[in-house]
Amino acid sequence: MIQTEELTKHFKDVKAVQGLTLTVRPGELVALLGPNGAGKSTTLRMLTTLIPPTSGTARVAGFDVVARQRDVRLRIGYIGQGNGAGHSQRGRDELISQGRAYGLRVGQARRRAAELIDSLGLGEVADRTVATLSGGQRRRLDIAMGLIHEPGLLFLDEPSTGLDPQNRANLQEHILALRERHGTTIVLTTHYLDEADSMAERVIVVDHGRIIADDTPAALKATHVGDSIRLGFDHETDVAAAAARLRFPRVRRDGLTLEIGVPGAPRLVPDLLEDLRAAGTAAASVEVTRPTLDDVFLRLTGRSLREGGAVAGTRSDELVEA
Amino acid sequence: MSNLVTDTGVVFSRELRPMLRNPVTVVFSMVQPLVFLGLFAPLLPDDLSLQWFVPGIVVMSCLFGTSMTGSNLLFEIQTGSHQRMLVTPLRRPALLLGRALKEIVPVLAQAALIVGLCLPGSFELHLAGALVGLAILATFCLGLGALSYTLALAAKHREWLFWTVQQTLLFPLLLLAGMLLPIANGPGWLRALSRWNPLTYVVDAERALFNGEIWTSTTAAGVLAAAGVGAAGLLVGTRAMKNSD
Repeated sequence: MIQTEELTKHFKDVKAVQGLTLTVRPGELVALLGPNGAGKSTTLRMLTTLIPPTSGTARVAGFDVVARQRDVRLRIGYIGQGNGAGHSQRGRDELISQGRAYGLRVGQARRRAAELIDSLGLGEVADRTVATLSGGQRRRLDIAMGLIHEPGLLFLDEPSTGLDPQNRANLQEHILALRERHGTTIVLTTHYLDEADSMAERVIVVDHGRIIADDTPAALKATHVGDSIRLGFDHETDVAAAAARLRFPRVRRDGLTLEIGVPGAPRLVPDLLEDLRAAGTAAASVEVTRPTLDDVFLRLTGRSLREGGAVAGTRSDELVEA
Repeated sequence: MSNLVTDTGVVFSRELRPMLRNPVTVVFSMVQPLVFLGLFAPLLPDDLSLQWFVPGIVVMSCLFGTSMTGSNLLFEIQTGSHQRMLVTPLRRPALLLGRALKEIVPVLAQAALIVGLCLPGSFELHLAGALVGLAILATFCLGLGALSYTLALAAKHREWLFWTVQQTLLFPLLLLAGMLLPIANGPGWLRALSRWNPLTYVVDAERALFNGEIWTSTTAAGVLAAAGVGAAGLLVGTRAMKNSD
């Protein structure tokens, strides 16, 4: 669906994208993850024909993005960071105009607009001026506009930025449902870690205009960080005895706790606890820590992806009752 | 099948729709011309009639409304809906042509309104001449609209730049065209400057035509000036749109 070869974009002194080589197969759901300014949006703008690459090539939906712009545009949907609908327009009018722009006849465009208004829950606001809609409503209208011609390939640039958690969840549901129903290939950019984690089957981590990792979220985490089990004990003697008993390559002692780095930690915990209890050195508490994509990013770049990019190593914790 | 004409039609009708939904907006951009008509026309010296003044106000209304129209595009560049149009398969020239052609509609509506307001007075309507005059005006505003959009595309996110250029050019063009008072009474340097202003020829032609004088060299000069502005506007405008991202 997408093939790029050394795709590069320089703006004056800024090397926004540096030699991106990438293949996306039909039906994939790919997230480009990276901090602000990593080159995610610039990449999307090149792939959607909005800006020409400085060098390198890209074929999107079978056509070159420079030589065959119109063919590419006909086959892709793009939902940018801004609002697609003009603020002085009405939502339904904009949907019909969009349909016409993609070559639908008036009747078809009307029907398609009505379908999308219905499926995105815009019935009550579709005939109001766009300027009077809430942020979440406008975003849903953006999605509807991007889908008017039922594209086989959909690009979303930071689709959920500025939405409250409920609207974000709604949006993610819509995107996943779309894919389920039509097998749409989806490429989205995000700096929300949980979004990339929960939605994408493939995460491409981008930093300083380069791809620094490309895999499933699970594989990225397993390869670059891995799970860990933290056992807490009440007595010094128990810690020492347990440490001696545990046969794991990576065990670290820190006061009354033992930290074990091991893949597939959640499945190991029950037996591990039973074993320790049987040996008379029962753990007082247990915590299984699974890495987040932020941990992956931190490991790869030494920086955190979270807002501000501070160096930090927070992990999402999963408590398991002992 | 889509082509440049149908693409232009899509853009044209999209641009026109908010106005059709809310026709009162036609009046908003013509407040100033109406103020001049109401408060300046009574101050005119005796030798200048309403017959002389009204065509100038019709052109002024076109000048005010159309030169500002780029601000709509500027706003859409900022909100993201211009980008939305750019990712559609619509042909780039259509994105400009459709917008510029739409400018003709409010200009004609405003002209009709001004003439309607003046008919009860001493203003006399010569229909054939007026229609030719409006055709010239439509050509002129097509080019002016395209130039205003070009300015918006060049200014992009610098809104101040758009308004500074638009406001700086507006009044010199207006005054040098003899829209409010005749240039003939002015000093030589001012008359010389006026001859370089294409708007002068448009205003002169409108005056002659609204007076029923059709087959004159003044008309020919007006046609040439309007066609020149129209062609220049569309040329730079389509080029700017092609490079827009």
